[in-house]
Amino acid sequence: MTDDSANRGGQDYESSLAESDKSVASFARTHTPIETLQHVLHGNPTLVPVIVLIAATIIFGLVAGERFFSAFNLTLIMQQVSIIGILAAAQTLIILSAGIDLSVAAIMVLMAVIAGKLSVDLGVPAPISVLVALAGGAAAGLMNGLLVTKAKLPPFITTLGTWSIFYALNLWLSGAQSIRSSDIDESAPFLKFFGNVIEIGGARITFGVILMVLVFVALWYMLNKTAWGRHVYAVGDDKEAAELAGIRTDRMLISVYALAGLVCGIAAWASIGRVGSISPQAFYEGNLQSITAVVIGGISLFGGRGSILGALFGALIVGVFQSGLRLAGVDVLWQVFAIGWLIIIAVAIDQWIRKVSV
Amino acid sequence: MTQEPVLTARGLVKRYGRVTALDNCDFDLYPGEVLAVIGDNGAGKSSLIKAISGAVQIDAGEIRLEGKPISFRSPLEARDAGIETVYQTLALSPALSIVDNMFVGREIVKDGVLGRTFRMLDHKRMEAMAREKLSELGLMTIQNINQPVETLSGGQRQGVAVARAAAFGSKVVIMDEPTAALGVKESRRVLELIKGLKERGMPIVLISHNMPHVFEVADRIHVHRLGKRLCVIDPKSHSMNDAVAFMTGAKEPGEAEAA
Repeated sequence: MTDDSANRGGQDYESSLAESDKSVASFARTHTPIETLQHVLHGNPTLVPVIVLIAATIIFGLVAGERFFSAFNLTLIMQQVSIIGILAAAQTLIILSAGIDLSVAAIMVLMAVIAGKLSVDLGVPAPISVLVALAGGAAAGLMNGLLVTKAKLPPFITTLGTWSIFYALNLWLSGAQSIRSSDIDESAPFLKFFGNVIEIGGARITFGVILMVLVFVALWYMLNKTAWGRHVYAVGDDKEAAELAGIRTDRMLISVYALAGLVCGIAAWASIGRVGSISPQAFYEGNLQSITAVVIGGISLFGGRGSILGALFGALIVGVFQSGLRLAGVDVLWQVFAIGWLIIIAVAIDQWIRKVSV
Repeated sequence: MTQEPVLTARGLVKRYGRVTALDNCDFDLYPGEVLAVIGDNGAGKSSLIKAISGAVQIDAGEIRLEGKPISFRSPLEARDAGIETVYQTLALSPALSIVDNMFVGREIVKDGVLGRTFRMLDHKRMEAMAREKLSELGLMTIQNINQPVETLSGGQRQGVAVARAAAFGSKVVIMDEPTAALGVKESRRVLELIKGLKERGMPIVLISHNMPHVFEVADRIHVHRLGKRLCVIDPKSHSMNDAVAFMTGAKEPGEAEAA
């Protein structure tokens, strides 16, 4: 109205910008070797577990010699980690979405018991029992997902609860009795499909090991090459930002939990082949072991960071340590002790990598 | 103005419990203009913007986009209708790359079986499009389009968020406090971005507390007070002081300003 233009524009404070220093970031560009390493690891979080796995294999090969570093023993390790490996794949999906699933092994054992009961006790054709187990796994995961998204419960509490629920159902259905290996052989050998072995020289590769690798490859593809996978990372990274950016985060999370449940159903089928019998008490520590593999694999517990292949390497690292220490004649309690340190060191490294400065 | 507005709102009401955030609020945005929305804290600016961008649902009133009544149930629906919002928080995922962030929620899949059955993303095409958009906005100082957003500076991040809105917003771009967290130099960059978008004919709604920035880029200024539009002023005939006076209630708008 009455003010002149100088007043309107306010005081000029930007004309001096023309002469300002044009270099945007003028840090002293001297990266120490440690900082360079930090950057490399930040870009490739799977590098740590790969290095650890190779180093551990070499060291145990030197210490325990032939007995450890033989085709037979190395493939045996793969057999030993195959079930926890598949569970770790499922766990990775959940952890990448910034959740945690304490019920993966409980879902698996419950589904194995259901499949066994159907085929061995009730005479249902084995392929149908397997389908029921897969669908049941997906349904159990869906239940977790609905509780996390619709009832808005923290994933830790939700799956702590469903762990107990699934475990109790499993004891009830099985009557706390194992289904004997010979009974499965008799009425439903198809349930043991993944126990089949391919022998090449001393190497014994079970179908279960091949299945584990296929599960990882398939999930790696989904996470890295599809929009769905990018959304898992986006939701795990920053859920609110993802929502505003146009991702239906609840629907996304439900699909993640359901898929993880389906993978647990796959693990159930594989576990019958691996163990032979179906024991309701088996894999009681599987939930935590799967988290161990994921953490050692360099996948951040805070979500959104890490590669699913890391979980495969994490599972193998645990297997290599256990086998190596056993063959080197170390008491079991020290194996457990070593795994404990591995977890702590892995998380410490993750924290350090996250502090990367640009 | 003889032109038809792109976006209009009439009689918007939004209540949160006993608080009335929007009280019979009107709003008009004309083609090709930069409309600044200013108002004191708690005046209801955010509610107005959220109502338009679909983030909240209004209790009463009507919003029209190009003459057609609209009611968005989510930001996604607003986006699909051509209204893009650059949020104050930017809504970027730090660990994802620039390309991933720009295409979140509307990724391009490959042609043929790979895309249809295996849902494989067409990274090459998305990269090319992202590069094109970023250079259009003069943001190609970013060397690597696949670097994670967390490695960018604040101004560069803002640039990515603006480029995303510009790339997909076909009708309206809303910017919420785009310069609030930025330094002098970076703010300048964002203001240039806004002018660049305007030159390409995009109508822009700019929410800001920064009077110099508002007066520099805005064609009209919507002054929000107590949940409604108090007046619309012309930055060429009013001073920043007037704007602040209206905004805070120190002065009542006269006949000329009354909306």
